[in-house]
Amino acid sequence: MSTQLVRELPADRPYASTRARAISLLGPVTVVAGIVWAIVQPYRLTLLHPHGEGFWWLAIEPPLLVVFAGVVFAVFVARPLVADLEADATT
Amino acid sequence: MQPPSEMVHWFFGMGLLMLGLLMVAEAIVGREVWERRAWRAYLWPGLAFGLGIAMWPVMTFFTNSAIHMVAHGAWAQALMAMGAAELGLAKGKLKSRWWKLATPIGIAVSGAAFLAHEQNGWFFARSAFLHHLVGWTLLVASLFPLALVFRPRSIVLKAAFAMSVIALSVMLFSDRDLAAVFGHLSPLAGPPHR
Repeated sequence: MSTQLVRELPADRPYASTRARAISLLGPVTVVAGIVWAIVQPYRLTLLHPHGEGFWWLAIEPPLLVVFAGVVFAVFVARPLVADLEADATT
Repeated sequence: MQPPSEMVHWFFGMGLLMLGLLMVAEAIVGREVWERRAWRAYLWPGLAFGLGIAMWPVMTFFTNSAIHMVAHGAWAQALMAMGAAELGLAKGKLKSRWWKLATPIGIAVSGAAFLAHEQNGWFFARSAFLHHLVGWTLLVASLFPLALVFRPRSIVLKAAFAMSVIALSVMLFSDRDLAAVFGHLSPLAGPPHR
């Protein structure tokens, strides 16, 4: 059925939207994993107790590397990928 | 000014995490959508190639024995060959599907390198345990891209390959230079520093 008010959605739309949701969750889930790691093992975050630490121990914080990977993925990969999935579903 | 070797493992852990996320995303959306933007097809092969390049300074600055140097050097070459073959396939310059064999070979060589340059037993220290675990995981994980050569559209194989890469990144993030593993730490390893 298709009128000026109601339009039938393509059949593959729910599947595409499920995939889009999964893609858009990957980055945030990774960020949350990094944050949870930092809470569970705060001693892995040298920034919380920086006194007497050298350059590398202050620059490289493993939970923050996980958060960084999640943010980079979410911003630079997931966003355009979700846009492509949604464009694919509407055509 | 050289970072401790555990930090090198964490850097590579972040690289593998990115690689795993890209592979999971590709498995979810399928090859057609993934390659809708040309740059995306080069992402994970480019990252694999970059990790191979990054292995050369590791070979140069973190070599404390001949076997370390040989293992890191072979590993760097295998990763670069794997990334280069995948880049060639993505660009369309390489046509034969047999080039896909570079990936399982590269990963198997990485596993062999991990096992070869760990001279201590599993429970010597956490780093020894993780080197054994990562080595064997890489060897098992190399079976997934090998199977993908013959079943290139299998989502299960792609997902299994991606998850094994993410599992490897978790192992690398767990690495410490001198720490106990399951309560075991050889007295020969020295006192844990943190």
